[in-house]
Amino acid sequence: MTTTPQDSRAEPTPLAPGAPRSGTTFLGLPTAPRGVGHLRGTQSFPDAARTALRDGQLRANLGRATTTIRGKRAAVVAEVPHWEQLRQAGKALKAATMARLDEHLEELERQVTARGGTVHWARDATEANRIVTGLVQATGSREVVKVKSMATQEIGLNEALEAAGIEAIETDLAELIVQLGEDSPSHILVPAIHKNRSEIREIFRRTIPGVDPGLTDDPRRLAMAARTHLRERFLRARVAVSGANFAVAETGTLSVVESEGNGRMCLTLPQTLITVMGIEKVVPRWEDLGVFLQLLPRSSTGERMNPYTSTWAGVTPGDGPQEFHLVLLDNGRTAVLADEVGREALHCIRCSACLNVCPVYERTGGHAYGSVYPGPIGAVLSPQLTGVEDNASLPYASSLCGACYDVCPVAIDIPSILVHLRGEHVEAQTRPTAEAVAFRGLARVMSNPRLWHLAQRAAGLGRFLARGKPTLPAALPPPASAWTRSRDLPTPPRKSFVQQWTEEHRQ
Amino acid sequence: MRVALFATCLVDTVVPQVARATAVLLERLGHEVVVPPTQACCGQMHVNTGYRREAVPIVANHVRAFAGAEAVVAPSGSCVASIHHQQAMVARRAGEHALADEAQALAGRTYELSQFLVDVLGVTDVGAYYPHRVTYHPTCHSLRLLRVGDRPLALLRAVRGLDLVELPGAESCCGFGGTFAVKNADTSTAMLTDKMANVLSTGAEVCTAGDSSCLVHIGGGLSRLRSGTRTVHLAEILASTEDDVSPTQTTRPAVRA
Repeated sequence: MTTTPQDSRAEPTPLAPGAPRSGTTFLGLPTAPRGVGHLRGTQSFPDAARTALRDGQLRANLGRATTTIRGKRAAVVAEVPHWEQLRQAGKALKAATMARLDEHLEELERQVTARGGTVHWARDATEANRIVTGLVQATGSREVVKVKSMATQEIGLNEALEAAGIEAIETDLAELIVQLGEDSPSHILVPAIHKNRSEIREIFRRTIPGVDPGLTDDPRRLAMAARTHLRERFLRARVAVSGANFAVAETGTLSVVESEGNGRMCLTLPQTLITVMGIEKVVPRWEDLGVFLQLLPRSSTGERMNPYTSTWAGVTPGDGPQEFHLVLLDNGRTAVLADEVGREALHCIRCSACLNVCPVYERTGGHAYGSVYPGPIGAVLSPQLTGVEDNASLPYASSLCGACYDVCPVAIDIPSILVHLRGEHVEAQTRPTAEAVAFRGLARVMSNPRLWHLAQRAAGLGRFLARGKPTLPAALPPPASAWTRSRDLPTPPRKSFVQQWTEEHRQ
Repeated sequence: MRVALFATCLVDTVVPQVARATAVLLERLGHEVVVPPTQACCGQMHVNTGYRREAVPIVANHVRAFAGAEAVVAPSGSCVASIHHQQAMVARRAGEHALADEAQALAGRTYELSQFLVDVLGVTDVGAYYPHRVTYHPTCHSLRLLRVGDRPLALLRAVRGLDLVELPGAESCCGFGGTFAVKNADTSTAMLTDKMANVLSTGAEVCTAGDSSCLVHIGGGLSRLRSGTRTVHLAEILASTEDDVSPTQTTRPAVRA
């Protein structure tokens, strides 16, 4: 047995999963700090889910949206004759990149710098927010336009900018809906997936100054209203903040993949461009994009090709932003990399296919996960970024049905990582829980045939509770009540099959 | 062939008639069935709840119980998948390399029932008779971990008197998920409700599958609703013949524990 050493610092940072917990001197890799960003919820998953499940509008919206996108994805993936090989190529490229991540990042820094950009290294959310805020302040601008970005949602950049008196304007349509509605994203690709057209019309009517009071819920009219609102902001913006889907180390090229063209506006119009990118987004070579740009659109929006793919390297005199900053964000990623099983979560290209097929996500929605990364990938990524004890209920927020693994374009074995993180959680407990006592006792019973047969006989006594009925009473004490509140339990038999058979075949 | 039957802990303790049906079916097909008396559990519940260290002695017991077996058959996709994908892994993680090797070798000789019938024995018509309207739920682990594909459907199509109806949304999880059903009881029940709605929409008298765990969950929900539609394991349907039918049995499987 190993024990977990108590961290002596005032604000203990949880140990990374997979970190050695005893026997060696281990300095620990920092996980994402508490009190900043959006990786931790205020409730456990089961509690948050209980509320969400009762929201019929949410479930209808999600059911409709995920069913549609699942169908689109399945159709365009089926068209690709060598999808499985493509997927394995994506997985292999990611695994090879992660194995020499430090070298690729240093090469990226050299190439971006050589092309007139500036690279900043941010160890966590706090540092990244400080860097970006400082860069915006240096321009004298009081507002920035933003391209949809998970990394900046993760670190809570908008709140940090607001605290410094800088307004951040989301320009992605769905992200704008979420921002105007003072809501939070519930999906990594479609942040407002939990809202339907009429809810969006109401948000626009209440928040967009000068909007047509007769605005209908026709998608085209809604898009036109958002466009009018955003156009003015694009034209006056002097600073833009973006994320990145990919960064090519050998050429120093950044890339943003999008559908609406708002990203293209932000990436080309302002004087200053600041890109915040998780360190796992780097790919070594230009040609690697060939694999990922086939995998990503089909998996995410169910399109053969996305409408806008922007790429840029450093600055080009007289064309586009004249100042470019790249902020490389760790925020727990190196800690994830240290875990041999869990590190595969860093291969994620944020397509959201796993969310769209997940039977749990489809019913609870993204907010129940408490992190900007919801769904199956969130359930393996968030607990690793924060340390598993800060998101201990997420690895259990899955029935392990495996649908996520099947659709993942880079073949991340999410169910195996979920199971691994459950093990990390159990092994991180310093005091025995009631559950642990029960499971340890059961393990002793199940590894000793004599005790097992006694236990089965004892379980068989439960049949007396049924008083001759085919099922046990619905009102059983906890923990059985968690089952019997919604499901009948069959009355247990007097004898197990193995016992009957053994008696019958005794010579 | 001499076949060692792994009843699985859940079937053995809660629904022993499923193991009995498996044995009856295999004997009817002309094979010798042995039931190692020291068998207990594959360890999946421990591994999937996070107790992977504690699962090691359970794996050791399983490997001891089935040592020397030519072929092991279990009426469960989930337990067989755990034997294939988890047993050696947890043993190796615990540094028990000899046990891991043995578990891996045993896994190579361990089959889920429909795989064993179709792939090893090469039969799809097992001579069964079950005169009912039936829908089939492909359980997640048999579908995605074992890739049993349409083997269970081929077996069901060959059953005389059986009216097989397609289940809408068949490949969606029923919401069981082992301890998920208890730890996330509300989400599990929400998934179950949608599964039951699909089952009931078919007008089937019986919902079948290759895993008793999922069937106890779906059946428990259907029973609570007093729907009349019951869950019956694939093995129980395949074990039924004209000789077993009695005038009063309704959809109750002919082979009793």
